[in-house]
Amino acid sequence: MWQESVNVLVYEWLQLPHGEKLSDALNFFIYDTVKILFLLTVIIYAVTLLRSYFSTEKVREYLSRRHEYTGNVLAALFGIITPFCSCSAIPLFLGFLQARIPLGVTFSYLISAPLNNEIAIAMLLTMFGWKVAALYIGFGILVAIIGGIVIGRLGLESEILIEVKPIEGEIRAENQVIAFKTRLSDAWNYTLDILRKIWLYVLIGVGAGAFIHGYVPTEFITSIAGGDNPFAVPLATLLGVPMYSNAAGVMPLIEVLTSKGMLMGTALSFMMAITALSLPEAMILKRVMSLKLIAIFFGTVTLGIMGVGYLFNTIL
Amino acid sequence: MKIEILGTGCSKCNELEMNVKQAVAQSGKFVQIEKISDLQKIMEYGVMSTPGLVIDGIVKSTGRVLSTKDIVDLLI
Repeated sequence: MWQESVNVLVYEWLQLPHGEKLSDALNFFIYDTVKILFLLTVIIYAVTLLRSYFSTEKVREYLSRRHEYTGNVLAALFGIITPFCSCSAIPLFLGFLQARIPLGVTFSYLISAPLNNEIAIAMLLTMFGWKVAALYIGFGILVAIIGGIVIGRLGLESEILIEVKPIEGEIRAENQVIAFKTRLSDAWNYTLDILRKIWLYVLIGVGAGAFIHGYVPTEFITSIAGGDNPFAVPLATLLGVPMYSNAAGVMPLIEVLTSKGMLMGTALSFMMAITALSLPEAMILKRVMSLKLIAIFFGTVTLGIMGVGYLFNTIL
Repeated sequence: MKIEILGTGCSKCNELEMNVKQAVAQSGKFVQIEKISDLQKIMEYGVMSTPGLVIDGIVKSTGRVLSTKDIVDLLI
């Protein structure tokens, strides 16, 4: 139905000729961007609304009663459903330690939460469908669990720069009573906020994707990102780090690249590196962690992400 | 009455501060407003998602930018 409306707009109202490259490209561009923005709006709104029912305070209360391993698994899972903003990373990190949650479990959460941010999930569902989204989330959790366990095992508690006084006694989270109507409007405002930030990136991403689709030869992409290049996975991972918060712009590109021969494992590594490893977050965390700990954190996650890429490329 | 805004300097925290100032002006009450960015103090309140809003030592909200109207309601 939407395709027909765009056809009417492009070919009848604007009276552009059928079958010509430019008018078809315009048709595709309008069709795709509006479809993507609409789906993004719906998914981000739904995810945000759902997440308003899970607070990090509640998660902390729950995790404070768990040990290693189960704690790591649960922390990684909670990372999917709780809202996370990198500006809250420090209070969250300290708050978890304050509740005597082990360092490794805290890191499992700290890896999983940004990985499963609402923009990435919405883009994945929109551009790749639920199967790839599920793979991304599943392997992301795996990286978070293993990464957390590894960091927990290294005994790095002395690398925390701020003295954390443990909370005495039971950890209790106050229930904030928020009316359903407020949740609806909160989620809507938040969704608009996000859209305002990302719409331009989406347009640029789709535009660049359309360009690659039409003009860059498949052989070229296959030679770089296909199965013949053993360094495709680490290359994709390292490229992803500086692209933080541009998941919205990069995902349309990755979609085109995969359709032109980029292997799915390489694509997964790329996506995960974009969301999980962010330089701004590292800068923020420097206030509470030593450089050594941050380096180990990033190193572990990088290795984990590359592992996922290679594993996936080999089994598929 | 004393309102404390807990935040480490993110944009949401500044938004909340603006709304608090507006709400206080609207209510016409005498309220002391303080912005807390000291991590230890934020920890003491047990707040993990910023911005946090504390009125007279009690945490009223975390992780949300309350509207001016919501804050006015809390002031009464």
